[in-house]
Amino acid sequence: MNDALRILPEIILTLAGILVMVADALMGKSSSRKPLGWLAVLGTLAALAASFWQYQLPAGTAYYGVVQTDAFSVFFHVLIAGIVLASLLIVLDAVTPQTEGLGELFALMLFGAVGMMLMSSAVELLLVFVALEISSISTYIMAGYRRKSAKGPESALKYFLLGSFATSFFLYGIALVFGATGTTRIDAIAAKIAESNTPASLLYVGLAMIVIGLGFKVSAAPFHVWTPDVYEGAPSPVVALMSTAPKAAAFAVLLRIVYGAMPQLRADWVPILWWLAVISMTVGNLGALRQRNVKRMLAYSSIAHAGYLLVAFTALSAEGVAAASFYAVSYAAMNVGIFAIVSHVGGYDDQLTLIDDYRGLAYRSPLLGGAMAFFLISLIGIPFTGGFFGKFYAFAAALHSGMVWLTIIGLINSGIAAFYYLRVVAALYSNPAEAAPVLAIPKPSLPLLLAILITAAATLILGIVPGSVLSAARGAAGVFTSVSNPLPTDPGPPATTASR
Amino acid sequence: MVPIAYYLVLSAILFSIGVAAFLIKRNIITVFMSIELMLNAVNLTFVAFSRQWSQATGHLQVSGQLFVFFVMVVAAAEAAVGLAIIIAVFRARNTLNVDQIDLMKL
Repeated sequence: MNDALRILPEIILTLAGILVMVADALMGKSSSRKPLGWLAVLGTLAALAASFWQYQLPAGTAYYGVVQTDAFSVFFHVLIAGIVLASLLIVLDAVTPQTEGLGELFALMLFGAVGMMLMSSAVELLLVFVALEISSISTYIMAGYRRKSAKGPESALKYFLLGSFATSFFLYGIALVFGATGTTRIDAIAAKIAESNTPASLLYVGLAMIVIGLGFKVSAAPFHVWTPDVYEGAPSPVVALMSTAPKAAAFAVLLRIVYGAMPQLRADWVPILWWLAVISMTVGNLGALRQRNVKRMLAYSSIAHAGYLLVAFTALSAEGVAAASFYAVSYAAMNVGIFAIVSHVGGYDDQLTLIDDYRGLAYRSPLLGGAMAFFLISLIGIPFTGGFFGKFYAFAAALHSGMVWLTIIGLINSGIAAFYYLRVVAALYSNPAEAAPVLAIPKPSLPLLLAILITAAATLILGIVPGSVLSAARGAAGVFTSVSNPLPTDPGPPATTASR
Repeated sequence: MVPIAYYLVLSAILFSIGVAAFLIKRNIITVFMSIELMLNAVNLTFVAFSRQWSQATGHLQVSGQLFVFFVMVVAAAEAAVGLAIIIAVFRARNTLNVDQIDLMKL
């Protein structure tokens, strides 16, 4: 019973998902599936409440040490539940009652969330793998949801093939780490590495393979090639979910593995993540500059943001974990928000996707245009938005551990990024071209308003009073005992780090 | 008795063949098969290491074998979803050549 309480949010979401599927089968062929969406929203709210409730549980493991509930896992549970809640509301706005397979879509979102939540609380690589696959397989299906369109199945295929390819690398990495240490439990791996003075070279290869596998999942360059195509072909409400929640979960796994299992190898994984961060930021921002399609632009921007988040990983202290967790929240708030508007303007079938289609949106619909401009400003990282503090903490953490060059490269990239975000803001507030066919944008529905309200409020609160989320993130970072006392293996100034 | 290293080298070769085939082959089904080959290479590695640690520690070490079961189950689930996606692609495009599934580019 005690064990079950430690996975209570997952149990609630699973039951809600099963309930949605059963109800879907019992309903008549022609009846609207939208009530099922509200059922899913209720289930997610219950899971959110259960996640908050878990804060007061003492940290500990369950099911023979496979699941660990601690401040870190609860932090990501709350984040993932929040993202799924907002995404469900966006789906409710975007679809019509006739949309194909709507009941299953709601159920898949809930099942995917179960996998993502388990990823953040798993401390056994076996469960990490199974949870990663629950989350991935659900998102593969959701990516191809518009199966009658030409782009939908192509998007799902690209996601599926590259995702499975990445999973194989991740698994091979786990196998090699198991070979080097004889265990797949994260704390046992750390203990094993600590007691042997010269870690086996297998361990290094295993770590590199794990980073490659997770790099695909968080779409860090050079493992990013699938991202723009998948985001373009998948329905926008689904992109809102899969550009934030699975990434946050994958970052949680990466934090657990590098800080929890391999803190001793810090000098070896920091350079890898240093380069991943630099390449992701640069490729993401330069790629976004040449995009005319808003969804593809946001896909490249999400590659760049994965890079900013990886900057926080290179920081020495617990500050880095806290900054990475905080960044995950602020990125989720603004990105889900902007996809709520992209989904409403473009529609489920993506009729309007070019930047030119957004010209004059702020005059036609001040609410949508204004909210979109706000989220774009947050993505740039201008003060009084969550994006500013996310970047601020990430770069400050990197700077405090001596990563001067990384911080400079990051700041230059933020400058480049301002250009393409501002181009969309300018389009929002300019007069529409005379010849351009203006498709009528439907009035925002109640679920959409709720979704925009949640995400905009979160972005604003993170930008004005970030204290409560930051202290929660610091509490999450406190889980990793090894990082609170700095290790003697300081990699030195960034110039030498870069030349490794 | 065959030394553990032989199994590890064999699985590394199988994994490399899988990676190479994934990158070179043009038919989606073949690409999908190469992923399965990579997963099976991983399984062989797990079993080999499991045996090595059983011999090294003197008591049965089953976590590697357990992992293999889960990999097999998940691979089956992945195959179900993957083949469904491949069928959807074939219906929409009438081809299984990855070079022709290129509506979206940069």
